[in-house]
Amino acid sequence: MSASIVIGTASADETRELGGALGALLGAGDVVALRGELGAGKTVLAQGIAVALGFDGYVSSPTFVIVNEYRGLVDIHHVDLYRISDEAEIDDLGYRELFFGDGVALVEWAGRGSSFLPDDRVDVHIDSAGRERRIFTITASGPRSEVIVRGLEASQTTSEATSI
Amino acid sequence: MLVLGIDTSCDETAAALLLDGRDILSSVVASQAIHAEFGGVVPEHASRAHIRLIAPIVEKAIEDAGKEASDLEAVAVTSRPGLVGCLLVGASYAKALAYSLGIPLVGVDHIEAHVFAARLERPEMRLPAICLVASGGHTELILVKDWGRYTTLGRTRDDASGEAFDKVGKLLGLDYPAGPAIEKLARGGNPKAFDFPRAMMQRGNFDFSFSGLKTAVRYAVEDRGGRPEGQEFTDFLASFQEAVVDALVTKTMWAAAEAGVPTVALGGGVAANTHLRERLTEAAERAGLDVVIPARSLCTDNGAVVAAVGQALLDRGITSGLDLDVSASREDARAGREGTA
Repeated sequence: MSASIVIGTASADETRELGGALGALLGAGDVVALRGELGAGKTVLAQGIAVALGFDGYVSSPTFVIVNEYRGLVDIHHVDLYRISDEAEIDDLGYRELFFGDGVALVEWAGRGSSFLPDDRVDVHIDSAGRERRIFTITASGPRSEVIVRGLEASQTTSEATSI
Repeated sequence: MLVLGIDTSCDETAAALLLDGRDILSSVVASQAIHAEFGGVVPEHASRAHIRLIAPIVEKAIEDAGKEASDLEAVAVTSRPGLVGCLLVGASYAKALAYSLGIPLVGVDHIEAHVFAARLERPEMRLPAICLVASGGHTELILVKDWGRYTTLGRTRDDASGEAFDKVGKLLGLDYPAGPAIEKLARGGNPKAFDFPRAMMQRGNFDFSFSGLKTAVRYAVEDRGGRPEGQEFTDFLASFQEAVVDALVTKTMWAAAEAGVPTVALGGGVAANTHLRERLTEAAERAGLDVVIPARSLCTDNGAVVAAVGQALLDRGITSGLDLDVSASREDARAGREGTA
């Protein structure tokens, strides 16, 4: 059985904090698949994750360049499939290295390349609830991601973020 | 010296011949931009298209210049930052050509190439200068202390300015690329009709943020139950464009004042925007600064600016070996040339 939790945030700063809590649980080989409409906060969450993974530089949207690389405690591949229209194109991106290598992959607009992602990954779906509030549905799809999601759940019960 | 410049860092396959670092003998750009349902280009995927286009584009650049391949004296190629698969196409082709002709090869930074648009436009421009590089993937304020010596004073913390145009265009149902479409549709609009946010507008902060503006546009459309129509739509777009341009121009001028430079300059695809060109020119003239606004063909991705950087590197005795590596990011690759670029 896979774990799934729902967490609300009330601001971009809280979303960044949630990213920090998630990032603290990630390690080499983990993949986080992010889904949500334009302006949902995918890049903001990725910023929090990257900081927790020890990267202190700029984490900007990879929409145009498709892949940003950051060097933290592990290599971070910040991928954006927004401009991908055909999954076959992902083959050309060197997806094996990105999604099955030793780094952590953060994949925005992951729905455009689901079949190329590993089966065991953390799926994050972001819904907007008004201008600032966001609802994060975070789901595990295998044993490794279940450890991460359970860990996140445990961390949230002691923090300010609202668990629903 | 006759230098061939090649750029395959993103969606365009580009090649140009540059003589002595200033005379553009030819410049050929094949855009792969294809209208896509998602409001972005289909990067097709870019690397495959680059493979198909690279040889004919380079051959056309040589032919347009009235030259032969054997006339080339060096090959410059964008080696970072960009999509590795795309960069590899240009770099591999450049290596093979340089090797077969027995001429030097030099790897070039794509952002530095955008900065060199100003130098090609006005070779005698006064330095130091503040150069705003604004494109689909990058928005940076760069202090050009000398050609080859730069400090990045600020960057975008989320979306690049060109990305803001494209994503807002997508929200409003406009065709890709949305920058030119918004500029055209905003003409005659009231830029003060809608109050869109300018982020991080504290003096001394040279970073940009356009993500909040994108979200504000989204809510403005949602609140109205759809995009405005008629004159109101024109005003809406003019107000959005004004918000982007205002942030870019204000911070460029702040940076120029803080650094005490005599010149401000533009580069990158967003620099093709007429409103940005006019606003920066006005602001610089008001402040008594020189302003260099390169021709649009130098602002968007092209091989001439790559050749120009290549020439400058060659002039300093810098070449790359045939083991030239490509890199998705700037920082990694820059380490090898610390102090010079």
